[in-house]
Amino acid sequence: MILDWPTLLPLIFAGLMGVSILLYVILDGFDLGIGILFTGADDAEKDTMIAAIGPFWDANETWLVLAVGLLLVAFPVAHGVILTALYLPVFVLLLGLILRGVAFDFRAKVPVHRKGRWNMLFFAGSLLAALAQGYMLGIYVLGLQQGLPAMGFALLTAICLTAAYAAMGAAWLIYKTEGALQEKAVRWLRRALVLTVAGMGAVSLATPLASPRIFDKWFAWPQMALLAPLPVVSGLLFLWLWRISGKLPAEGDAHSLKPFIALALIFAAGFGGLAYSFYPYVVPERMTIWEAAAATDSLAFILIGTAFVLPVILGYTIYAYRVFGGKAVDLSYD
Amino acid sequence: MDPLLLSRIQFGANISFHILFPAITISLGWFLLFFKWRYNRTGDEAWMRAYFTWVKVFALSFALGVVSGVTMTFQFGTNWPGFMETVGNIAGPLLGYEVLTAFFLEAVFLGIMLFGFRKVSNRVHTLATFLVAFGTTMSAFWILALNSWMQTPAGFEMRDGVAYATDWWAVIFNPSFPYRLIHMLLASGLTAAFLVAGFSALRHLAGDRSESMWKALRTGIAVGAVLIPLQIFAGDQHGLNTLEHQPAKVAAMEANWETRSNVPLVLFALPDEAAKENRYELAIPNGASLILRHSASGVVPGLDQFEGEHPPVMPVFWAFRIMVGVGLAMLLFSWAGAFYLFRRGTLPKPLALVLVPMALSGWVGVLAGWYTTEIGRQPWLVTGVLKTADAVGPVAGGHVALTLAGYLALYAVLLVVYLGVLIHMALKAAREGDRSPSPASGDHAMSQPMQAGE
Ligand code: HDD
Ligand code: HEM
Ligand code: HEM
Repeated sequence: MILDWPTLLPLIFAGLMGVSILLYVILDGFDLGIGILFTGADDAEKDTMIAAIGPFWDANETWLVLAVGLLLVAFPVAHGVILTALYLPVFVLLLGLILRGVAFDFRAKVPVHRKGRWNMLFFAGSLLAALAQGYMLGIYVLGLQQGLPAMGFALLTAICLTAAYAAMGAAWLIYKTEGALQEKAVRWLRRALVLTVAGMGAVSLATPLASPRIFDKWFAWPQMALLAPLPVVSGLLFLWLWRISGKLPAEGDAHSLKPFIALALIFAAGFGGLAYSFYPYVVPERMTIWEAAAATDSLAFILIGTAFVLPVILGYTIYAYRVFGGKAVDLSYD
Repeated sequence: MDPLLLSRIQFGANISFHILFPAITISLGWFLLFFKWRYNRTGDEAWMRAYFTWVKVFALSFALGVVSGVTMTFQFGTNWPGFMETVGNIAGPLLGYEVLTAFFLEAVFLGIMLFGFRKVSNRVHTLATFLVAFGTTMSAFWILALNSWMQTPAGFEMRDGVAYATDWWAVIFNPSFPYRLIHMLLASGLTAAFLVAGFSALRHLAGDRSESMWKALRTGIAVGAVLIPLQIFAGDQHGLNTLEHQPAKVAAMEANWETRSNVPLVLFALPDEAAKENRYELAIPNGASLILRHSASGVVPGLDQFEGEHPPVMPVFWAFRIMVGVGLAMLLFSWAGAFYLFRRGTLPKPLALVLVPMALSGWVGVLAGWYTTEIGRQPWLVTGVLKTADAVGPVAGGHVALTLAGYLALYAVLLVVYLGVLIHMALKAAREGDRSPSPASGDHAMSQPMQAGE
């Protein structure tokens, strides 16, 4: 491989896209998860749960826009191929995102007797969006196949990702709340973890059956040894998370951020594994990142801006998270 | 079912729904900054109350803008893959810069603007308000650069059927961009101005005479009265620019069937494409020649020059007239309002009654304007480069029909709820007036609990 710009730029953009998808999954993961947990909460708890994500959800969702944007910027041809193949799940995803986004605002502004309706829609939208994302992931992993086996596999990933989001949401609540709700969140977390682990196990078992290519990529020497840390570390993190969550809430609110961090690391590890499985394809089995890449010139033009702007974005995002650090109290518009 | 037609309707429906909210938020952000600035300068609580009322409308409109905007980014891939394949090298970076320089800025500082009043210093809060307003305006900059490039492409070359940029400056500052950007920003200013004025007029009608209502009302009317003449001038210049670069569009706007001098300005007609003539025409002699060529004998290109290549005449002709009609109505009522408010210090009831429906006039104008522009570009998607029919994707018509029905139902419901909530908020503000305790006197008195939900 010669390292010139036409080779490097698509790689850099694939990396950037990966990072923004990962950030999206972690960040919007927790607020979608909180939406999913809405079913189990009473009215006062719902308000606190909303307060725990109020200032963040919009910025979180923007990582999705960036990811799709980068796909469109860097791999315009793939953008069309992937999104037309996922036409209906994309619609369900958008439907979910629209419902929850507006429900978030409407629930606070409609007359009181209509609030329950929008709470319901907030839950339904979050659930739909999570399921659709998991489903799309499943179909995508299999190289955009249609047909019943692919759909079955995709349903599995849909449930698994939804459970993982719920776990993220619960972990965020442990960090942001106190008292009875926090205790409830611990119970939610443990239940969602069981589901997530079961789901991940099922997906791992199904993957080699569904995609021999990915199987071969993983179970060959020496790749196996090099890749081993990914599952091992994730497994250890799960165990640690299980143990620590058994002791929560702890004296003086110790460890309250740890479950969230552990989950984020697990997501990152899982994501690394996925990225390895795909490389070098942007449309699995069909189109490599170089075949799909936009003109070198266009990539360079946008890379310059990205190099300047992305650190600034990260900077003010961190600033915003610090401004709204600490426990969520009733959120007020002021 | 024809996926092309359905995809066009779907895209049109989505973008039409989307633009309603940017049209408000782009300039409502600046209104908020103005309220905040006046409060910082005068310490007059009424300004802060106006801010609190309008920040809620802003939040609501922004949420609708965001969710429908996210839909838009996916639409390029789901429905127009040919678009990205052909001009992705140009559209991609422009959209990319929009995300990088605008969307994150808006989204992150929106959180601080809405919920951070007590968490950050007043100065940082004002800065956050500014950054949100700035972000929405930047987003208009980039997306209009792209849209204008689609209208009047420049700075690129075609190789093997794919567009490559040769000069980014020329791509961004393409011939119609300055006109379109100014015209759209003014349109947004007018949309927000009439929304603020109409909403306040509704409070007035409901018996509200609070100081914050007067302040918002005067601001809305004053901004409207100042911007509308500028808009009419900008629109005229925009039309001259279009005549130069997209003459077929102007011919359709004027329903002018043959190239000739002394072209009349058609006020009313039913253009008949089969017969190539206007029925029931009512026109001012030499009018169009005067406007477009500044001389009665000026020759104006007609549709006969673009046989088979011109846009459908009826929708373009009427959309244009509706937009101009809205502009004239805005001129009339904002100036009448300014006269009564600033000369007489009152708002007569009939005027208040007219201002309430005028709250939505900006929406009508913006939609009519975009329909003129977008339908007037047909059959091209990118003028001279890509035809709309060649960009449509392989998705089955049935799927498109299904999603289209879904979007339409959802949008209809959301629109009704949005307007219902606005009216509810106006009446609630009118009931409460400025009587509730002031921000300085209570601990959390002025805070609007997100949850209270009444
Ligand atoms: C003239 C202005 C304008 C126009 C023509 C468009 N938009 Fe828009 N858009 C905005 C002005 C805007 C905005 C003012 O920046 C919004 C509206 C409210 C908001 O939240 O930001 C926005 C939001 C918004 C968002 C959500 C941003 C976020 O997450 O914060 C996306 C993804 C898009 N838009 C994408 C599009 C696409 C793909 C368009 C064209 C097909 C488009 N917009 C037309
Ligand atoms: C700047 C961003 C925009 C882009 C990139 C864009 C692009 C497009 C595309 C791809 C089509 C499909 C072609 C067709 O259906 O004929 C279209 C049509 C259309 N667009 Fe836009 N558009 C933009 C902004 C807008 C806005 C803001 C509106 C506001 C209402 C709008 C209104 C329409 C309508 C009504 C159609 C349908 C026209 C027809 O079917 O004849 N567009 N535009
Ligand atoms: C009254 C005088 C006005 C004139 C002469 C005028 C002129 C024009 C022209 C010629 C176009 C088409 C440009 C093109 O596609 O090439 C246009 C588009 C448009 N107009 Fe107007 N306009 C006027 C008032 C308004 C008002 C009051 C609004 C809204 C509040 C408005 C909003 C728009 C929008 C959103 C577009 C589409 C975007 C663009 O192309 O700039 N216009 N206008």
